[in-house]
Amino acid sequence: MPENPTHTSGAAITAPLPPVSPVTLRINGQERQLHIAPWTTLLDALREYLDLTGTKKGCDHGQCGACTVLVDGKRINACLTLAVMQEGRDITTIEGMGTEEKLHPLQQAFIDHDAFQCGYCTPGQICSAQGLINEGKAKTAAEIKELMSGNLCRCGAYTNILAAVQEVVEMELKIKN
Amino acid sequence: MNSFTYTRAEAVEAAVREKSASGKVKFIAGGTNLLDLMKENVERPTRLIDINRLPLTKIEAAPDGGLRLGALATNADTAWNAEVEKRYPLLSQAILAGASPQLRNMATNGGNLFQRTRCYYFYDLATPCNKREPGSGCSAIGGYNRILGILGTSESCIATHPSDMCVALAALAATVRVTGKNGERVVKFEDFHRLPGDTPQFDNTLQPDEIVTAIDLPAEDFSRHFSYLKLRDRTSYAFALISVAAALQLEGNTIKEGRLALGGVAHKPWRDTTAEALLKGQPATEETFRRVAAKVVEGAKGYGHNTFKIELAKRAIMRALKQATEGMPVADAFQNSNP
Ligand SMILES: Cc1cc2nc3c(=O)[nH]c(=O)nc-3n(C[C@H](O)[C@H](O)[C@H](O)COP(=O)(O)OP(=O)(O)OC[C@H]3O[C@@H](n4cnc5c(N)ncnc54)[C@H](O)[C@@H]3O)c2cc1C
Ligand code: SF4
Ligand code: FES
Ligand code: FES
Repeated sequence: MPENPTHTSGAAITAPLPPVSPVTLRINGQERQLHIAPWTTLLDALREYLDLTGTKKGCDHGQCGACTVLVDGKRINACLTLAVMQEGRDITTIEGMGTEEKLHPLQQAFIDHDAFQCGYCTPGQICSAQGLINEGKAKTAAEIKELMSGNLCRCGAYTNILAAVQEVVEMELKIKN
Repeated sequence: MNSFTYTRAEAVEAAVREKSASGKVKFIAGGTNLLDLMKENVERPTRLIDINRLPLTKIEAAPDGGLRLGALATNADTAWNAEVEKRYPLLSQAILAGASPQLRNMATNGGNLFQRTRCYYFYDLATPCNKREPGSGCSAIGGYNRILGILGTSESCIATHPSDMCVALAALAATVRVTGKNGERVVKFEDFHRLPGDTPQFDNTLQPDEIVTAIDLPAEDFSRHFSYLKLRDRTSYAFALISVAAALQLEGNTIKEGRLALGGVAHKPWRDTTAEALLKGQPATEETFRRVAAKVVEGAKGYGHNTFKIELAKRAIMRALKQATEGMPVADAFQNSNP
């Protein structure tokens, strides 16, 4: 008999429903209302409740960087923070980085340099690279490598990722000087 | 993750009051260690107090001429703070040698002190671990212990404190400002963390209702001759097998004052003042450094997989002291440092 997998133990469930509460998040410039349990991570809120699936879940433990988003312009791992903790902050995800008509310079650079294979790490790489540019600490290739080390790429596209990020970093440096 | 209730503290006193409530109440700051452990069911708080909105994010001059680091300033903001970079570059380097840029943007100075061991068994609910479940036994003794401790260990636990930042704070003789139900107190850095003894469930000496508000750095100047040397399995984004914070004050080639602390070797950041005494007044030579290194590992004990750390610690100490003397902190996060 086919059963809804989430209700397999049917009447045996006696646990109360999780206490959801209203949480308002500002994502890519838009206020979004949610009703979620406090243990919902920012990553799960984005992917499961807001249909913003560009942000990826790799390890869910802060080890891979696939979930990187920007909060008030700073890169963080969305898997290790609760959504409710980010109320009132400005959250930027890959969906807020460019449009299909006008790609973000980093998106364009990733395409130009073929900086991916499967593409799973790419949204995190791009958000992280934007965070790196905002920080303004990395200028040389060695510095970019070190400060992009929080983003793993299982396909090993590192050489081209470095080239793409370096191109945009250098472009930004030219604009500044 | 288990279910819990959530509240946001707006004032330190309120946070302390909330913390004393019944149940398993925990503060959450950056969340990078606590949420990780909650996902593994190692930590199961029933209530979280979000302390991120407390006014403890400043880095400012301390009354004695030193520098006060707010408990909620992030590790990144601390490492890249102009005053910290100028006056306490050892601390900047140690922080930048740890975790990843994303994690450093989240991790707070207070939270960093409380991060728990990376012992595999501590994370693995299927195995005995005295730290996680007092009295259940230690799986690491006689088990896989490559990353674990060689100094100050006990029969109950050989875990290491994994922080980089804390190793620099130990060498710099920082103090920790703490507020509890009974008011404020100041804890010397060496008294903040503890050795495992037969109660490895306690990592530090804080009372359950206490909150860290700031870390103070004394005014002493170790900004010229220092090194943070971190040896690990890959050149970035990995915990230390051994790390050494070395800082010297030199007059010509004579050491006026020397500081030495190690990470990755013990249940606490391992500052050795007896070894430091062997630096004082001595020439900054390989011979002096060899004596000091030998002193540090005098009581060291290997457990099989981690026995290599005894020799590695000696070599790392000598190299860090040499780098400090030369004023070339090669352990710079941007340079590869192959041992
Ligand atoms: C993948 C990964 C790699 C890492 N690599 C490194 C590394 O190489 N080197 C390194 O040093 N660290 C490393 N870390 C650890 C990281 O530095 C810590 O997780 C971080 O410093 C913890 O700070 P937090 O603010 O996020 O703490 P939280 O997770 O918020 O809190 C940790 C604990 O501290 C308590 N707490 C927090 N603030 C206070 C306060 N003010 N007063 C009282 N109690 C408080 C909380 O209740 C909790 O129990 C790594 C972490 C990850 C996930
Ligand atoms: S070393 Fe400590 S943390 Fe690791 S298994 Fe033994 S008791 Fe647990
Ligand atoms: S999913 Fe967040 S770091 Fe891997
Ligand atoms: S492109 Fe596949 S993981 Fe990076």
